[in-house]
Amino acid sequence: MPILEVKNLSVAFTQYTTGFKQKSHQVISDLNVTLEAGKILAVVGASGSGKSLLAHAILGVLPTNAKVSGSMTYVGEELTHARKIALRGKEIALVPQSVNYLDPLMKVGKQVRTSVRTGDPKEAQKNVFERYHLKPEVEGMYPFELSGGMARRTLLSTAIVSGAKVIIADEPTPGLDPTVMKEALGNFRELADSGCAVMLITHDIDSALSIADEIAVFYAGTTVEIAPVTDFTGKGEALRHPYSKALWRALPQNDFIPIKGSQPHSSALPPGCLFEPRCPWATSDCRKGRPEMRELRDGTVRCIHAT
Amino acid sequence: MSTVMAGRQQIISLIGNGVTKGVFKMIKKLGFFLLMKGIRMATLLVAICFISFLLIKNSPIDPIQAYIGADMLNVGPEQRAKIAAYWGLDQPVGVQFLNWGSAILSGDLGTSMIYRRPVADIIGERFVNSLALMLTAWALSGIIGFILGVVAAMKKGTWIDRIIKGYCYTLASTPTFWMGLLVLIVFAVWLKWFPVGMGVPAGVLAEDVTLLDRIKHLILPAITLSILGVANVALHTRQKMIDVLQSEYVLFARARGERGFVLFWRHGLRNVALPAITLQFAAFSELFGGAVLAEQVFSYPGLGQATVEAGVRGDVPLLLGIVIFSTLFVFIGNLIADLIYKVLDPRMRGGEHYAFYSRRKK
Repeated sequence: MPILEVKNLSVAFTQYTTGFKQKSHQVISDLNVTLEAGKILAVVGASGSGKSLLAHAILGVLPTNAKVSGSMTYVGEELTHARKIALRGKEIALVPQSVNYLDPLMKVGKQVRTSVRTGDPKEAQKNVFERYHLKPEVEGMYPFELSGGMARRTLLSTAIVSGAKVIIADEPTPGLDPTVMKEALGNFRELADSGCAVMLITHDIDSALSIADEIAVFYAGTTVEIAPVTDFTGKGEALRHPYSKALWRALPQNDFIPIKGSQPHSSALPPGCLFEPRCPWATSDCRKGRPEMRELRDGTVRCIHAT
Repeated sequence: MSTVMAGRQQIISLIGNGVTKGVFKMIKKLGFFLLMKGIRMATLLVAICFISFLLIKNSPIDPIQAYIGADMLNVGPEQRAKIAAYWGLDQPVGVQFLNWGSAILSGDLGTSMIYRRPVADIIGERFVNSLALMLTAWALSGIIGFILGVVAAMKKGTWIDRIIKGYCYTLASTPTFWMGLLVLIVFAVWLKWFPVGMGVPAGVLAEDVTLLDRIKHLILPAITLSILGVANVALHTRQKMIDVLQSEYVLFARARGERGFVLFWRHGLRNVALPAITLQFAAFSELFGGAVLAEQVFSYPGLGQATVEAGVRGDVPLLLGIVIFSTLFVFIGNLIADLIYKVLDPRMRGGEHYAFYSRRKK
């Protein structure tokens, strides 16, 4: 049974433009992802494809003007807003992307200790710092005194001490040098191997491929494909969706060919398939409605033409 | 991998040593900071003295007439010239300024023409009265303003927020004297809860005046000043609190399960209190300006009232003395504000660290 399941999640923001005119931004539409214990799901996609918002939606920390629909279940039970509040920081933990997510005026040791839910906070914080090779002096430092690597390990520490079963890491690797990055990714693999479900949000496909079990490809606020990591090979023949194929082929080590156009803006989404305006396979059927996610060869895809 | 680890250990231990070294560095820096501020204060005082001296010199105030008052009719032109020569008024402006300046430097502020007593004594006595009034108003407006600002931000967009905001905008555009008159009419004239004015009851011997009497006379002017001072702090605190609530660290704190009062206590208070306290110290000048008007309305015998008296009745030594004193007062308020930031904000304690931090911040 999946530990966390997100079905048909849609998130829209309403914004006042001029006067009383409201503008709606559909930032996530009909999104599906599933997290399983012991596995890492990597969520990849361009900036603005709704990756971070998915994390915020799961944790229930979206701004108040966001309209959310769809369903989420946690261990088989409906994840209501009240339940999100009860579970966050306890069973579901976030690993944010930068040191700006730490309170600038509070020593980092204390910030880690406040995340501890069971047992002695002091002890738990000391242990986790030792585990991640953070010297005892670090606990008395303020966030601005940390190096990039130290900040990342501190942020990860807050998730570890909470004892959460689901770890959502939002871009945890940018700006790190290759050694530190490898270490960071290794930490997430370790967590998954110890039984956690990990969702790794990133736009770095290479690092995602090195540790993930499954890859979810995001485009314009929805999942276009969820595929096992082994499908990302060769010229992308095993991939199902034309966007995943294009993304794969655009990588420097592959063909290094980008596709034309850019992701549609959330205020002007196409009526049919979201990828239709840029798709080489597009037909008039694609404009008739949003395709559903369907099972295909061990994965899922949102395309009527995919084989 | 092991060499990388060793390298990192070294870097971390270097940072560790840096913390103890940082304390000495901080003291050294603080000393330098105070020295620079001292120099700045000295130059400011010289400039203020010079400008006010020139202004007074070119104003219609005639020091001889102000000194002699109604007896002016009995003073002939020769006597006038003699008095002017006695005071050195016949000498060039530059020499006059230097004479006055050297007297000031030796601690002699001169003698007040109205009170016929040393200016320093008058300022000291009046300042004690004003201090009670200003401190009360300052603390009250600071605390109430801060609470209102925080509440408004936490309930942003609700009717509570709208009421607080409306209240603040109204107050921010209300003149002090008008508010003072309103308060007088309501609480002193209609309700008769408090005396109409002055610092002590009329017709009572000085030794019979009780502390309670003094407090009773203090309340209305203090309330007037507080009501108006609230707006500034409340609006600034509200905005700062909204920024903090939208910050990434509050989002992360919420994602870790913190909410409501715990969230505010752990992450909101410290981040909002620092700018609010600083603002409150920096508002000394407005406080002083407000006190001048409020004291006038309530006939409260403070420094503000003395300022108006000195100006209206041409008491040049007292007026200049008050100008110097108020400059010092406002400067010290700003100095405290700067110091609080230096000492309380960890990012300001180590300058070079802060540069690093701000560079990384988006």
